[in-house]
Amino acid sequence: MAVISTTPDPSARTLTLVAELAAPPARVWQLWSDPRQLERWWGPPTWPATFVEHDLVAGGGSRYRMTGPDGEQAHGWWSVLAVDEPRSLELEDGFADEAGQPVPDLPTTRMRVRLEEAGAGSTRMTLVSEFATVEQMEQLTQMGMVEGLTLAMGQMDELLAA
Amino acid sequence: MVVDQQGGDADRVFAALADATRRDIVLRVLQHAESVSALASRYAMSFAAVQKHVAVLERAGLVSKERRGREQLVSGRIDAVRAAARSLQLYEEIWRGRIGRMEDLLAEPLREDAAWLSSAPPPTPPPAP
Repeated sequence: MAVISTTPDPSARTLTLVAELAAPPARVWQLWSDPRQLERWWGPPTWPATFVEHDLVAGGGSRYRMTGPDGEQAHGWWSVLAVDEPRSLELEDGFADEAGQPVPDLPTTRMRVRLEEAGAGSTRMTLVSEFATVEQMEQLTQMGMVEGLTLAMGQMDELLAA
Repeated sequence: MVVDQQGGDADRVFAALADATRRDIVLRVLQHAESVSALASRYAMSFAAVQKHVAVLERAGLVSKERRGREQLVSGRIDAVRAAARSLQLYEEIWRGRIGRMEDLLAEPLREDAAWLSSAPPPTPPPAP
């Protein structure tokens, strides 16, 4: 399994996730930096993401949309806070309106990503997600329920195909 | 909000669960109700201190107190605990999905990786003879 550990910390409103990926840090970095690769993993297959803007430098940012099975769209933005290629990355992720403008009332998540060589050409990726408030955390996961459900369905498909 | 409906404020729920003694109390009284004095005998702290912890948990809606004779019986409210844990769990599921897809991408043959790397359009196939 790629995910080694997950540590939810309700009091700090953080989720820390450690994963080991079978590629060197420079390759894993591309998954974040190249918009065409990024959009292949950010959204679930039923809600694929399209990054229309992606500038992975400190002070830069991204705009993306996710398209649901019935054609409905959800828009999002990234604000890049710090970049140390290919070792670390810090950014904020939020929701946008149809024009790509950030919606201030909707939850934002701060993400810190660390990539470390883990030997034999693999990478240990540590991801810390931090929510501004508990209310935002609940709001976001309620909105993300769609993803959780489609993910569960995908796993069922895999089981059936096995 | 789910936790609000359970009678507690979400921030209070998480603040209450941030303390190890209070987590322990919640786990105990979720299994069966216990009096405050019975709880107090389990911890190396004063009755008043335990009573304070119980009050914090009660304000967060994680436990409820019920008078039985001369005793106060504390019982856990599992719905509130579940609601609090659920949001982080759902978020974890989202990331497990993303990391699974990352793995799939990294496992793709190198040639396709190279195509993803360059922003140039894929080469057009040679015209048929």
